[in-house]
Amino acid sequence: MKPFENVKSIVTPLDKVNIDTDQIIPKQFLKLVQKSGFGKFLFFNWRYDENENIKSDFILNDSKYDGSQILVAGDNFGCGSSREHAVWALDDYGFSVIISSSFADIFFSNCFKNGLLPISLESKIVEKLLQETNVIEVDLNNQIIKTPSENIHFEINSHKKKILLEGLDDISQTFQFEDKISEFEKKSTIPSVL
Amino acid sequence: MGKTLFEKIWESHIVVEKQNSPDLIYIDRHLVHEVTSPQAFDGLRMNNRKVRRPDLTIATMDHNVPTSDRSLPILDQTSAVQIKTLENNCKDFGIKLFDINSPNQGIVHVIGPQLGITLPGSTIVCGDSHTSTHGAFGALALGIGTSEVEHVLASQTLWLEKPKTFEVRVEGKRKNTHAVTAKDIILSIIKNIGTAGGTGTVIEYRGEGITDLSMDQRMTICNMSIEGGARAGLIAPDEKTFDYLRNREYTPKNYESLVDSWKDNLKTDSDAKFDKTFILNIDDIAPQVSWGTNPGMTCDVDEPIPSPDEFSNGDSNQKKGAEKALEYMALESGTMIEDIKIDRVFIGSCTNARLEDLIEASKIIKGQKVTSTVDAMVVPGSQMVKKQAEEMGLDKIFIEANFEWREAGCSMCLGMNPDILSPGERCASTSNRNFEGRQGNGGRTHLVSPVMAAAAAIHGHFVDVRKLDLN
Ligand code: SF4
Repeated sequence: MKPFENVKSIVTPLDKVNIDTDQIIPKQFLKLVQKSGFGKFLFFNWRYDENENIKSDFILNDSKYDGSQILVAGDNFGCGSSREHAVWALDDYGFSVIISSSFADIFFSNCFKNGLLPISLESKIVEKLLQETNVIEVDLNNQIIKTPSENIHFEINSHKKKILLEGLDDISQTFQFEDKISEFEKKSTIPSVL
Repeated sequence: MGKTLFEKIWESHIVVEKQNSPDLIYIDRHLVHEVTSPQAFDGLRMNNRKVRRPDLTIATMDHNVPTSDRSLPILDQTSAVQIKTLENNCKDFGIKLFDINSPNQGIVHVIGPQLGITLPGSTIVCGDSHTSTHGAFGALALGIGTSEVEHVLASQTLWLEKPKTFEVRVEGKRKNTHAVTAKDIILSIIKNIGTAGGTGTVIEYRGEGITDLSMDQRMTICNMSIEGGARAGLIAPDEKTFDYLRNREYTPKNYESLVDSWKDNLKTDSDAKFDKTFILNIDDIAPQVSWGTNPGMTCDVDEPIPSPDEFSNGDSNQKKGAEKALEYMALESGTMIEDIKIDRVFIGSCTNARLEDLIEASKIIKGQKVTSTVDAMVVPGSQMVKKQAEEMGLDKIFIEANFEWREAGCSMCLGMNPDILSPGERCASTSNRNFEGRQGNGGRTHLVSPVMAAAAAIHGHFVDVRKLDLN
């Protein structure tokens, strides 16, 4: 995984609550067996109508937001299905930071596996950021969002911060504890399936 | 201070514990399906890794499979590739697969318990959010993403932050057990706590209203924990649990000695404390119907659809959400639920396609016909459920009433196979998600119990099943 670097970008405001992963990446795209190329299907049913014509009133279709790397959305972002395809689609589209007042658990943890930074902030601050039209900077190391008018501090678990900043591969980390896993297996009382 | 059931299972599965960071938790059972696993197996191949414990891993195909004649080739090429990919991966990595022709094939959360793979006190994961279903057996069962699927395949462990504990207590016993079902209980709970109410927690369902339920019904409750935002749902195992798992195909040989140890250990101590509690009285629960685009947007069958103001209780974001939902659903506040006409009926999914669900629905249907304006289908949760139902003659009851009787799979719960709603179609569905487009782009989903779905099929609109004679 590539290490997370500071992001400077305008925000894409998606002012909706309970955005579920079915909306982020609809089911017809879950049949692919690779991880790449999901960006073009991001929010597919909101971006295109039944005949696959562009819906001009949807924010991602406004060229003003082309190249934006920061998505700001309402409460309970990423709820519903566990599909990691949602994170792959956001990442492939170009987003590297998602800001909301709260995230669903599985989505939140999927973000860190793919180098995306989900930031949760008080709803008052999220509402302000939804109105922000200037370029802002997200500095993970110092846990600060810099807007022209203020510096906003955000919280992140130190372990998760390290994973993002160093781009660590989870599995090789775990393999350092292989003897502990074997030890556990010796005393486990749950028998194997077969 | 005593411990909760969740805390006991968690502590007995810690492999590595560190301050201020996640614990490394051992996983006893890993269930795999075709949609969320291909990229995980690819990751293993790229890094030259193997599956650490193929003997703790079981695969089936459910999301994508056609529910029509299985002797025919799969027409959708991308689905066919995904199914073939799972076959190849299971072969390459030595994983037991119940494929499309296996008598054990079915929705992963239906077959786990049915085969005795799900066990009390164990940790179970699957790349699917409704893994919470298995919590009905007192297992800690978590939905995970594909990266975590890869991690479990490689190491049989996961780094997990310890969730908080949430007690949901349902007091009292149901009076009308046929009309007020487990589905109505869980929809009522979600309506009250909200779709993010359980975020960061594991819910333990307690109280007489829960222990009174059969195992099939308890699974319906735990299944929808994720719709209340929870990481998992749990019910302490009891005699019903132990009986259910006895003599299943994969029940462990030393089962009785395991039962003895579970009896002593797998319960919340009387002096344990939960981080939060929600209490509901069963007498306050009526048959439920969802009217919006998330499972929290639900009301009683004899109520009118609430206005966005009533629904949101002053929260402007929720109000906007409700307005948008009514627009998508083409409904107006004030409309009585019983006046909503439907086009389709789907009885299926890991929430409500077990034998008992089909039995209850068939009681409504028996000797009646689906009204001419409605298309209705039954998709059993597994091939085993299908067979058991056929042995009881339920298939005939459904077919005579003009229901389609299908092969097992996820089907129109998410419409990845050809079973989908057309734009604008309105469906009474026993599944778990009424998100926009979930059952087909532009489709409108109302979540209900199997009994409510069956009654809607006959009448062409929702009816209060409490008024029907169901015995
Ligand atoms: S039946 Fe529906 S909810 Fe259950 S596993 Fe299949 S798609 Fe998911």
